[in-house]
Amino acid sequence: MTAAPLLAVKNLRLSVRGDEGVARILDHVELALPRGEILGVVGESGCGKSTLARAVLGIFAKAATIESGEINFEGEDLLRLSDREMTRRVRGRRIGFIPQDPYLALNPVFKIGAQLLAALRWHAPPQLKGEAARRAELIGLLRRVQLPEPEATLERYPHQFSGGQRQRLMIAGALAARPALLIADEPTTALDVTTQLQILKLLKSLTQEYGIAMLFVTHDFGVVAQLCDATTVMYAGQTVETGPTAQLLADPRHPYTQALLACHPDRSQTLSGIPGQVPSPLAPPPGCRFTPRCRHAAEVCSRRPARLVRDAPAHFVSCRLADERQGVQHA
Amino acid sequence: MLAFIVRRLLLVIPSLAGLLVLTFFLIRVVPADPAAALAGENATPAQIAEIRRQYGLDQPLYKQFGVYLTQVARLDFGESAYSRRPVAVDIKQRLPATLELTIAALVFATLAGIPLGTLAAIYHNRWPDTLLRILSVGGVAIAAFWFAIELQLLFAMDLGWLPLRGRLSPGLTAPPVLTGFFLIDSLLAGRLDVFTDALRHLILPAFTLSLGGLATITRFTRAGVLETLQKDFVTYERAQGFPPRALIWKFVLRNSVVAAVTQIGLLFGSLIAGAVVVETIFDWPGIGFYTVQAILTADTKVMLAVTLLIGVIYAIVNILVDVVHGLIDPRLRDDG
Amino acid sequence: MLVLAKFAKDKPAVLGGLIVLMVVGIAILAPLLAPYPGDVSASHLLMRLKPPSWEHPFGTDNLGRDILSRVILGARGALMIALMVVGISMAIGVPLGLVAGYTHGWVSEAIMRVTDVFLAVPQLILALALAQLMGPSLQSAMLALTLTYWPFFTRIVYAETRRLSASLFIDALQCIGAGTLRILFGHILPNAISPIIVRATIGMGFTILVAAVLGFLGMGATPPDPDWGLAIAESRQYLPEAWWFSTFPGLAIFLTVLGFNLLGDGLRDIVDPRLRRSR
Repeated sequence: MTAAPLLAVKNLRLSVRGDEGVARILDHVELALPRGEILGVVGESGCGKSTLARAVLGIFAKAATIESGEINFEGEDLLRLSDREMTRRVRGRRIGFIPQDPYLALNPVFKIGAQLLAALRWHAPPQLKGEAARRAELIGLLRRVQLPEPEATLERYPHQFSGGQRQRLMIAGALAARPALLIADEPTTALDVTTQLQILKLLKSLTQEYGIAMLFVTHDFGVVAQLCDATTVMYAGQTVETGPTAQLLADPRHPYTQALLACHPDRSQTLSGIPGQVPSPLAPPPGCRFTPRCRHAAEVCSRRPARLVRDAPAHFVSCRLADERQGVQHA
Repeated sequence: MLAFIVRRLLLVIPSLAGLLVLTFFLIRVVPADPAAALAGENATPAQIAEIRRQYGLDQPLYKQFGVYLTQVARLDFGESAYSRRPVAVDIKQRLPATLELTIAALVFATLAGIPLGTLAAIYHNRWPDTLLRILSVGGVAIAAFWFAIELQLLFAMDLGWLPLRGRLSPGLTAPPVLTGFFLIDSLLAGRLDVFTDALRHLILPAFTLSLGGLATITRFTRAGVLETLQKDFVTYERAQGFPPRALIWKFVLRNSVVAAVTQIGLLFGSLIAGAVVVETIFDWPGIGFYTVQAILTADTKVMLAVTLLIGVIYAIVNILVDVVHGLIDPRLRDDG
Repeated sequence: MLVLAKFAKDKPAVLGGLIVLMVVGIAILAPLLAPYPGDVSASHLLMRLKPPSWEHPFGTDNLGRDILSRVILGARGALMIALMVVGISMAIGVPLGLVAGYTHGWVSEAIMRVTDVFLAVPQLILALALAQLMGPSLQSAMLALTLTYWPFFTRIVYAETRRLSASLFIDALQCIGAGTLRILFGHILPNAISPIIVRATIGMGFTILVAAVLGFLGMGATPPDPDWGLAIAESRQYLPEAWWFSTFPGLAIFLTVLGFNLLGDGLRDIVDPRLRRSR
């Protein structure tokens, strides 16, 4: 066994009670992220990626219940911490967050300086004592994320910046307290292609420079290939496959990953898709949730509880085919 | 910011013009014979004819309207039949009392309504929210004149804690007029006893007057906070580890009060209407009291002047509201 | 059915509905419910200003009349005034709003500008002035209230009509050659009915309140009407001794208006959950 990973999510199940019934948003999510590495979480929209990212931060919808699981981070289970402790010790301090849409994520009626410095005031590392020191630190960071005129930036309002600039602001804000982990929730989806590339490069170099691990949520395998050391694929709230990025892309084992990669525009010549639809979390199919759309579906699939099986070194898959290859009996 | 204010000023011109036309119609066209009305019940036909000529009522309507406009522009509203003094002088003297009362009510409604609305939003759909909802609906449902009497009954007559009526106790002289606001003038004159006395007189009327506004501001703050809590930036701020208290009371609240501030502008009408009732009951020597006297004695000149005054104040208040909006929300300043 | 289920969950609204039902019931059965139905006009000077007791739970007034009876009998007048005012306001305001919303041009502009002016002047002042111009009486009070309330309906119907006439189904109706009147009354009006009902409900409460103020200032009901506002005005001379004289009629106003406002508020929540306010 190697050293304990920085972040390990085990068998996480989460449901949300709504008007139309109970939605099982997450059902058996597993992932592990070693210190300093980048893990991509890939899936179609609505598969629970963003819920997972927020769950690590302890931010849930009011009606949400955690049914089971652990989120181990730096040796403690975050699910056991109170909201107060999460605020005091974890959010913005040990875990930084980069949101999906930088246009909506900054409070429109406060100056940039007021927003970023407020977070630093609560969560700055102890060596940054005093407003002046924190300000200087922040200005350094803004320069580091390549924002022009960092001093003037603090006095401006969010609507005076472009999307790419705002995302740089968010990155600076997330890094300010020197966290051990960054959670990025599709940070480039709302940006145009050239800006996307710059932001990705910036994120890669910053995480290396500061030795920060990153959980990178995306729907784009192209981004994963450029950025991530390892990749986890989710489908309808279940982790279906996880492994080193290169290996997973070269040799996808789960039928869903295979199908998803086959319809990636870089790889396929014709526009294709996966037949069928992502099931509603209100009435998910039993067992493996991909069964109704799977070419390899068998009768056993509806009874097989989601569970990752080692199918190759460091490569885990949750599928009856992997069970059969590895000779695993399921209960 | 200056261009922003000028643009808002231009926008109120049509409403004020409409108000001038409406008031003109009310006093010159609606009454069957305004000259007879002006002359009084016992006037002879000759006297009525004289008055008709004197007031230009025999002229064509558009000429009468022109005369009316110049009179309004010169603030010449004639003499009040009730006080026998020029209407403009009466108003100048009484306006500060009403302003002091309404501003006190508005300040109280805002200072109490915003925190209450925020509390209701924090406890969304739980009992404090339900209770505040019933209370705020009740605040609008209560008849101000009755509530004022009940307050007088309890706090002035029964308990004797607060004075029954007026702006100042009979033994005290008003402070020298600088602003016309007793609370400010008394402090400027260094008369702490007058200040306390004026404040004690202000409490019951201002509280009565604030009820409707308090209710409205509470509900709009609640709706605003609930809406803001759904915003992405709140999730982001939480993810950044903002403590919930600072998050709500500073970062969410500033976004949420815009709707409530708009209401303050719209509230003005009900505040003036409320002032009419409240001033009557507490013998508050302001415009509201004056207006009721004018209406009861059919003093059309005063009614006209007061209506125009209210229209102008209404316009000013709404411009102020826009400016406050601009101060709260920087986006409005740049592109509005 | 879904609407009813939603409404049933909203406790304050249900409370409001119950209060309204109760007040309407009292108004209809007033002569039967009032212990002394003759006290509308009778006077018993020996029984002046008696505090609440078993015979007179709300006490008696300055003419020795039973206040409970007069409060019960007053419900009729209050509801009648409100119904008339809101009904006539609707009859004026709704068609004007339809016309202003459906047409474009100077008629529409003129209607909306006049509406704006009416809405800009504080209603109570306008109503007071109009009532005085027409000579103080219950009829002029009602007329004055109507003249000040129709713009609220016009504005709502105007907004709804503008919104709906931009929608596809109205376009489709125009294309198949449906007549303007049929579109307005057969298709647009039914779709705008919920905000109208909400406004009418809140308007009932509001009208009762303003009518009480007019009565209180001597511009509405005249003695010996068992009017709530008038009773409070009469009570002022006998304070603080006869506290019951003002308290019970005032509570009656409060409860009635509260009922309509809670009800209207709950209905509004169902129609438009984003906004919650009253008036």
